Amino acid sequence: MRILVVEDDKDVAGFVVRGLREAGHVVEHKDNGRDGLFMAASETFDAMILDRMLPGGIDGLRILETLRGQKNAVPVLILSALAEVDERVKGLKAGGDDYLTKPFAFAELLSRVEALARRGKAEGPVTKLVVDDLELDLLSRQVKRAGQKIDLQPREFRLLEYLMRHAGQVVTRTMLLEGVWDYHFDPQTNVIDVHVSRLRQKVDKPFGSPLIHTARNAGYMLRAEPM
Amino acid sequence: MTDTGLFRSAGLRFAVVYAVLLAASAAALALFLWWATAGLLDRQTEAAIRADAQGLSERWTEGGLPGLIVTIEDRLTQNIDDDAIYLLVGPGMQRLAGNLERWPGSISDAGPWYELPVRRAGMRSLARVQSYDLPGGYHLLIGRDVQVRAQLRTLLTDALLWALVIVGGMATAGALVVRGLFRSTLANVSATAGAIAAGDFTQRVKLSGRGDEFDQLAEVINEMLDRIGRLMDGVRQVSNSIAHDLRTPITRARTRLEDALLHADTPCTLRAAIERATMDLDGIVAVFQALLRIAEIEAGSRRSAFARLDAAPLLESVAELYGAVAEERGVTLAANLPAVLPGYGDGALIQQAVANLVDNAVKFSPAGGTVRLDAAATPLGLRIIVADNGPGIPALERGKATERFYRGEAARSTPGSGLGLALVQAVAQLHGGELALEDNRPGLRAIMALPTPDNQDA
Repeated sequence: MRILVVEDDKDVAGFVVRGLREAGHVVEHKDNGRDGLFMAASETFDAMILDRMLPGGIDGLRILETLRGQKNAVPVLILSALAEVDERVKGLKAGGDDYLTKPFAFAELLSRVEALARRGKAEGPVTKLVVDDLELDLLSRQVKRAGQKIDLQPREFRLLEYLMRHAGQVVTRTMLLEGVWDYHFDPQTNVIDVHVSRLRQKVDKPFGSPLIHTARNAGYMLRAEPM
Repeated sequence: MTDTGLFRSAGLRFAVVYAVLLAASAAALALFLWWATAGLLDRQTEAAIRADAQGLSERWTEGGLPGLIVTIEDRLTQNIDDDAIYLLVGPGMQRLAGNLERWPGSISDAGPWYELPVRRAGMRSLARVQSYDLPGGYHLLIGRDVQVRAQLRTLLTDALLWALVIVGGMATAGALVVRGLFRSTLANVSATAGAIAAGDFTQRVKLSGRGDEFDQLAEVINEMLDRIGRLMDGVRQVSNSIAHDLRTPITRARTRLEDALLHADTPCTLRAAIERATMDLDGIVAVFQALLRIAEIEAGSRRSAFARLDAAPLLESVAELYGAVAEERGVTLAANLPAVLPGYGDGALIQQAVANLVDNAVKFSPAGGTVRLDAAATPLGLRIIVADNGPGIPALERGKATERFYRGEAARSTPGSGLGLALVQAVAQLHGGELALEDNRPGLRAIMALPTPDNQDA
């Protein structure tokens, strides 16, 4: 994927750019608002990582508002040290698709950017999700693996749905909390691990080959091949 | 801009207002006195002249010219005060009767009042007169000698003017006194404020004990200073806590990194050390975020997100989220929630607060224990109760349990930052409610009361 990073901090930018390239993405980097806006407006990207406080007279939110004003719908992840709830709301209102606060774990950033870029290419409404021999029917709300019906609680269903929608991608615990439970705070106990482990009991354990994998220091990933 | 300096003084303004008011009321009083004395004399004179004119005019109709002359002579002889003035002249202005020698040249028209010097019986005097035209070219002049009254009036005028001068002096003196009082009352407040600005926060505005407006102002200022003092203590406590409680994990992370730098001889041990240090740093960041969130809640800025809400689905979601965790630990999470829980506030914050309470309860419950989550909508508002049968908090420490970084004896061995209850407390206070910690015999029962205000205008 082609990703634009607009970030003025050299260390952070270098780290992010290197990490994204290692993950197989094509990355452009600009270290000020003016160049960032120019590049974002003149070329096509699958996703954009945008710092809020930038030199060059144009800050992140201005870039975002300008792009959205030009009907540019590139998925944007705002990366900022401004962590208050109000700031987050401001960023999302200006047209951001996701908001990640500094300091951050690279795995979290990568997962979120890939999820965003994927979402940008949604191919119409889906009624059925399939990964390997696992099927999830969104209309009848039924789950089958190898033709065998699996009974899931409503929340387990949503958890599996989220994992399958992001199949092949790492989803972090925070993404699951936000996407499945709509919680925007980190519970002190690792509640997500417990829920994923229960889901594994039903989806993986009876069938030999596991589909839900643990990504070390990052989160989880659902895919056919082992990690 | 030269004279604005003077009028910038509120004390001077009050003094000037005082002086102007005093002078104005004194002037009004003097005017009334003048009207009631000197004015009354004038009006009496005019009334007497009018009555005379009435009588003489009747005489003229009844007895003609001779009758009028006789009457004038009679009245002059009967006038004991010797202040009456009459003069009747013929068509050629020749005197027919009366005590004036000749018709005064300055009087031409009948009707208006004249005040003029006259000469009678060889004496100069002052008279107030009115002339009347009679049929056949006769003219009649009726008046009163007002020499004495004029002197009296002059006397009165002088007295009143002097009184005004004295009042002016007193007004100025009074104004100075008012300004002095004003300054000395404010000097107390401004001295206190100055001392506080200079850093001495123990100073308070002294009360006069009279309970007057200045005392009320002083009380408000003192209350404000107390509140600021408490907030500053809070900040100081937090920064001390940060210094203490974050130093430990920071030291740990630093030690790990330095140790790895000096002693790690394989890439594998180096990588492990860096990973552990990163986790330590993540823990520090989490503590910072929790602290900032508490500060944000305490600042009250999130009250803008307040709305009517149904807390039932929020609490059910928490029960569902922690149900699995509790089960894993062999703890039963029993949620007893009504179908609808109408309330008022910030749903996300209430949810986070309840999640913290349940998190604690599950964490401290022994295997086989039960955590109860009960909620009810009372007329006073929402009541959310989370009870466990873990070790609880000793009665003496319960007050401190909601302070930042408090960690009970029982909590030393469990993970946590000591910020969970502080956040719950902050959320309860933001909603105008309170968090009560009670003994569950055994265990802890946390009761969060969130009142529903009567007028929810948000």
